Amino acid sequence: MKFENYMILEFPSRSSNEAFARSAVACFAAQMDPTLEELGDIKTAVSEAVTNCIVHAYPNRIGQIMLRCRILKDNVFDIVVKDKGIGISDIEQARRPMYTTGGNDRSGMGFTIMESFMTSFEVTSMPGKGTTVHMRRRIQKRQ
Amino acid sequence: MQFTSYLENGRLTVALNGEIDHHRAKHYIKAIAGKIEAYTPEVCILNFEDVTFIDSSGIAVVINALRAMTQIEGRLMLTGMSEQPMRVFRASGIDKLVDIKEAVS
Repeated sequence: MKFENYMILEFPSRSSNEAFARSAVACFAAQMDPTLEELGDIKTAVSEAVTNCIVHAYPNRIGQIMLRCRILKDNVFDIVVKDKGIGISDIEQARRPMYTTGGNDRSGMGFTIMESFMTSFEVTSMPGKGTTVHMRRRIQKRQ
Repeated sequence: MQFTSYLENGRLTVALNGEIDHHRAKHYIKAIAGKIEAYTPEVCILNFEDVTFIDSSGIAVVINALRAMTQIEGRLMLTGMSEQPMRVFRASGIDKLVDIKEAVS
């Protein structure tokens, strides 16, 4: 796949990095001239993916989070968020709205938000090895 | 974490601010539960006027407040909602459970 531009970030799974990650992605995506709504959707989806790594992939330790963004042909913004954490044994169950293993302070809506805000969304996971979230958002060309 | 709240005629207003993500939501959930328990208001209003961003952690803040208010047979209202938080609440269906007033722009 040909790409026009890319960036790669790696950071530890500290919750203070949630704001950093979504802001960095928003800054990078800005060159595509997205609307405020498109930028907000991208920030929200990245925030969900990174939070999942922090809360679920590394529940009892600080681990690595890898984030890659690419600008593809036809104004497509491509995002990969990857961890080497505990993995998800039942992805179908994890994707179900309101399902969470995170307790009362989690809503269980993370995957639902990513799915509805992105043009495409895919999760692959290996228990014990880690999880990769791959999502894309098409940015409307403006006149 | 700093936030303003006040009680007037049995109505508790809590003004949230900034970006509400997992990092900050934990504190809000605890603080709001504490206020509701202390004042047992008839109505709890969460004011989102100064909130610039939420993710699904913001939904958890609202669900926890709703649960606490339902327990004391009170009502929860959200006010001053701008576009980004509103899109998250719509995607999650929270807008069907709680009375939401959008910000006047």
